[in-house]
Amino acid sequence: MFVARIAALAAATLCLASAVEAKTLRWASQGDALTLDPHAQNEGPTTAMNQHVYDPLIQRDPTLKKVPNLALSWKPIAPDTWEFKLRPDVKFSDGTPFTADDVVFSYNRALAPTSDFRAYISSVKEVKAVDPLTVHIVTNGPNPILPDYTTSILIMSKAWAEKNNVVKPQSYKDKEETYAVRNAMGTGPYMVKQRDADVRTVMAKNPTYWGKTQFPDYPDELVYTPIKEPSTRVAALISGQVDFVLDAPLQDVARIKQTAGLKTEETAQVRSIFLGLDMGSAELKYSDVKGKNPFADKRVRQAMYQAIDINAIKAKVMRNFAAPAGLITSPGVHGHTAALDQRQKYDVAAAKKLMAEAGYPNGFGVTLDCPNDRYNNDEQICQAVAGMLAQIGIKIDLQARSKTLHFPKLQKRDTSFFLLGWGVPTLDSHYVFTFLYQTSDAAKKVGSWNFTGYSNAKLDELSDAMLKEVDQAKRDKMVADAWAAVVADMPYLPLHHQLIVWAMSDKVTIPIFANDSPNFKYSKMK
Amino acid sequence: MLAFIVSRLLQSLAVMLAVSFLCFVLFNFVGDPVNNMVGQEASTSDREEMRRDLGLEDSVAVQFIRFLGNATTGNFGKSYRLARPVSDLIVERMPATLELVVVAALLALAMGIPLGVVTALRRHTVDSGAIMTFSLAGVAMPTFVIGILLIYVFSVECKSWAPAIGLSPDWCFPSFGRGETVKLGWWNSGLLTAAGLKAIVLPAFTLSLFQMTLVLRLVRSQMLEVLRTDYIKFARARGLTNRAVHFRHALKNTLLPVITVIGIQIGGLIAFSIITETVFQWPGMGQLFIQSVQFADIPVMAAYLVMVSFIFVAINFFVDLLYATIDPRLRLDRAQLGTAGG
Repeated sequence: MFVARIAALAAATLCLASAVEAKTLRWASQGDALTLDPHAQNEGPTTAMNQHVYDPLIQRDPTLKKVPNLALSWKPIAPDTWEFKLRPDVKFSDGTPFTADDVVFSYNRALAPTSDFRAYISSVKEVKAVDPLTVHIVTNGPNPILPDYTTSILIMSKAWAEKNNVVKPQSYKDKEETYAVRNAMGTGPYMVKQRDADVRTVMAKNPTYWGKTQFPDYPDELVYTPIKEPSTRVAALISGQVDFVLDAPLQDVARIKQTAGLKTEETAQVRSIFLGLDMGSAELKYSDVKGKNPFADKRVRQAMYQAIDINAIKAKVMRNFAAPAGLITSPGVHGHTAALDQRQKYDVAAAKKLMAEAGYPNGFGVTLDCPNDRYNNDEQICQAVAGMLAQIGIKIDLQARSKTLHFPKLQKRDTSFFLLGWGVPTLDSHYVFTFLYQTSDAAKKVGSWNFTGYSNAKLDELSDAMLKEVDQAKRDKMVADAWAAVVADMPYLPLHHQLIVWAMSDKVTIPIFANDSPNFKYSKMK
Repeated sequence: MLAFIVSRLLQSLAVMLAVSFLCFVLFNFVGDPVNNMVGQEASTSDREEMRRDLGLEDSVAVQFIRFLGNATTGNFGKSYRLARPVSDLIVERMPATLELVVVAALLALAMGIPLGVVTALRRHTVDSGAIMTFSLAGVAMPTFVIGILLIYVFSVECKSWAPAIGLSPDWCFPSFGRGETVKLGWWNSGLLTAAGLKAIVLPAFTLSLFQMTLVLRLVRSQMLEVLRTDYIKFARARGLTNRAVHFRHALKNTLLPVITVIGIQIGGLIAFSIITETVFQWPGMGQLFIQSVQFADIPVMAAYLVMVSFIFVAINFFVDLLYATIDPRLRLDRAQLGTAGG
């Protein structure tokens, strides 16, 4: 009797022990989130962290499809109004109910002057709470892709923000730290347990999470450590001190794959790498050609395109972690087609002929500006390109700099030839047209990253029109026409789409996201 | 004496001013932080407005004077990267760096002195030859190579070789971080937990290796010199044991220069720790600095550099004072020369 009771007790304790044994997923990447304030920094690692605590109205699933999150459904009810029906019975992690007021508050917060997400919802005129579970977003004119933009706007508790005096996103003007920098109150799958920026961030399962039945298995605890040094990061994974590494260095991927107990997930990232040419200036600023601009001649641009052996770059520089591109936007973005993504043939003889026809049989010299700490192997790509262009007589003076110097130089339009990468958070081609191809116009806020001087009236018109076209078929036609125009004009020389590799212990299962932003509510720990 | 102290203080102040001004001139070359602070969608006017708000449009001189004005009230501004007051960040990171530096300095002494003595006493043996070769590696190998090598052997490969020699794989060292820490007031210490002590071994050894070889070589050469002196010969003639001769008479007399060098090198250890901290993801001030450089986080860089120069200046100031107390000749000469810029 006594023994039986002991045994039963022991069994019960064991069961209890296995039931409460918390599963912790420890993950690492190069750089920590900058802040927990969901509207202060529009930056990859920051968003990747904050989406575990804060929910958007609509979220991207692992295939980057829009799926309901805090909004169950959405539809246009007038040309300039979208209606969002909210999920009922949702609570913030402090137990307070989530209502339409929180949505209105969060959108207004994201529209505040210190918000870094204003550009995403700049078309929003007004956000109205119709009833506790219905929100209307009124835009300045029709906006067919507003739902895509809502995936970036995270929803914060209004009551919590008011209580802690963080109704506006953090600003650099006030001297003190705001409460939202290290604390958070959202409806997401996790809540912040410890936040030590650059050192350690611990998140625990949110007990009030609405998605507990939809996502029953995700880890109980996330422990994040930034590990800046790539080799230390890999060492931590191999020695079992972390379970998941977001950015394994490409040269170590083969080794990780060979290690027992580790695996990798790979996919094409929504980020393309390309070269831009200043084709608009009368004379190139950094070239030995005086009085004219060789890049203004399409034959020169085409010759340079055809002189680049992208397969060699893929094999030797990128260790095959790249997909050669004919388009400066990646698969997965609306408007991308395999036909458009075909590259022009690599043909040095044809390129030399084109150079001769354009009047540069002996080539010319030009400076190539390149970042050295922004994209995968960026400086090496530029070195390879310089060698390849030398074959057709173009002598490259390569200037590789840190991103803190490279991008400001481009923004001052102080460049003749540059390397740039571009990701598309909205997954719609319009984003590419408006930033990279439209005629640069500060007042209209378009073409802010078009450093090529490219200007095509037809493209400008198409890009403006597709912003407002609600008819999907008509809009698709506009997108296709716009791509045809810019591919023919060739202001950019496409190189490749980056591939991303996530490395992890084989105890972890997680679908890879092409936007490189892991969402651990989709993950499972063995 | 008072005149000497005052002249020294004024000199120290001038050095610090010069250092901080040079920093500000250099900041013009680290690039533009604004690009890191706003998303790619931010418009040109947003960027310009932010640059104006941060005062980056002002001339170097204006920025410098503003910085000095704020610094005298203890206000170093707010980090562009982490949106927190710089003084908070530095205070939070300081314990990690200081613990690493102190442990590394102790390690350098604890290993450097005995090894130096051994190599001096057993000059032509194989083992001291081996130690000297090893010390050459310590001087010649860059810190990050040593760090990565140690991680590879003692935390990655260790999982396979430790069981082979009968040790538990738990014995292997962590490859990054501070392990567990305990809060003692504002001081966050890693020296009071087993995990924390284990975590400090590899980084402290990496950081100490250079100083250790320096101490080793210094002790060895001093020891060789002392062993040739008359009083050692006399001690031997008195029939004292080797042990008494070597340790009571010889070693004691070699230690003075060693202590001096280590004292001065503490500043160097703090500066060197940048690399060690990066390799081991050690959450100290050095790492904070490196990340700030990459982000062009000017307020943090400025505060860090001013603080490091303050440490150097302070150590030199005290060393000067000590020398002056010990040697009155110095005091007089320096005081007279001080006004002439000596």
